[in-house]
Amino acid sequence: MNIAVLSGKGGAGKTLVSVNLSEVSENSTYIDCDVEEPNGHLFFKPDNIIKNNISVKIPIVNNDLCEGCRTCVDFCKFNALAYTDKLLIFDDICHSCGGCMRFCPNGALSEKEKVIGEVQKGVSNGIDVISGILNIGEPSGVPIIKELLNHIDENSHYNIIDCPPGSACVVMESIKDADYCILVSEPTVFGAHNLNMVYELVKLFNKPHGVVINKYINEDNPTEKLCKEKNIKILDRIPFDKELGNLNSDGVIISREKDEYREVFESLLNTVTKEVKYEAITNP
Amino acid sequence: MKLAMPTNTDSMEGRVNNTFGRSPYFLIYDTETKEGTFFNNPAAASHGGAGIKAAQVIVDKNIDALITPRCGENAANVLNQANIKIYQSLNDTIRNNISACQEGELSTLENIHAGFHHHGGR
Repeated sequence: MNIAVLSGKGGAGKTLVSVNLSEVSENSTYIDCDVEEPNGHLFFKPDNIIKNNISVKIPIVNNDLCEGCRTCVDFCKFNALAYTDKLLIFDDICHSCGGCMRFCPNGALSEKEKVIGEVQKGVSNGIDVISGILNIGEPSGVPIIKELLNHIDENSHYNIIDCPPGSACVVMESIKDADYCILVSEPTVFGAHNLNMVYELVKLFNKPHGVVINKYINEDNPTEKLCKEKNIKILDRIPFDKELGNLNSDGVIISREKDEYREVFESLLNTVTKEVKYEAITNP
Repeated sequence: MKLAMPTNTDSMEGRVNNTFGRSPYFLIYDTETKEGTFFNNPAAASHGGAGIKAAQVIVDKNIDALITPRCGENAANVLNQANIKIYQSLNDTIRNNISACQEGELSTLENIHAGFHHHGGR
């Protein structure tokens, strides 16, 4: 079962939920797709790390063959190419679509490999911990996320996918293989606004979903209101708790530390598992 | 000499725009005929690399010098490759910038910024 954990904004509690769900599940793989700022490994502190470079293909020009027709310049939607008295290629802007190489009528463009980051695989307390790391300044983490999702282990009871914040391309890529999406939100105006964005995204992709309200204080909050209005299922409410916050900010996996926290996430995993099974029956 | 300038309107009464790549308009001014023509900047709404595309437009118009308040490093690379001079504009009207340039009162733009680098699609 593949469970993706999303939120419209950073700091809502995606990693808290993902790490602890992985921790309470008996046989799980934790996949950190937040490749711009992966932080799940700070909690798991995995051993036996194996690192693999991830590269993309970018164009390189043979000036002897380039006739300055500018087919490539006109094609590139990201403006990664320009032509003066010779072709200029801006590696940092290239999104590796390959179009320039395909459409060059003179075969003047060929591809070269460019390393954009890496995937690290390790183990923590029996949990497979896989993290993607995008090098600073690279335009897109999608190639790294594609590789990360190849690590989804069909033999794991649960693959927990810790998504990047927001609702852009990297998030769409991350939830592609998800059987269920957990939307983590804070009970604030900002939280509700961003929850609405990811809610629209998971609806667009027809993914079964439910909300976890983190840092919950009382029922009268904008997130709760939004969920009622849109008829979104609330899976759980994690109370605002200073001790929890302190442990979490020290890099402690809270459900390893205290039984009362363990019960919260066991119950959440249970609820989600039931939801997925129910979905499988009603929408096979 | 042909000058180019990012402008905030398509009228000689306007001012220099405060950005280059995403400026709404460009002015091309011919110092010999004293004629100015404005056109919409086709790079203004680019997903990314607006500076590169805007610089390409300037290169294609056979401009000798660009007068601009700022310029990113990618755009500057394109302009330099085409030997286009880049002058620092005055925070002033289009007309005053043109006359300052003609009298040699504008200095070369030294502060090429590293760009905003939100190249779309992130």
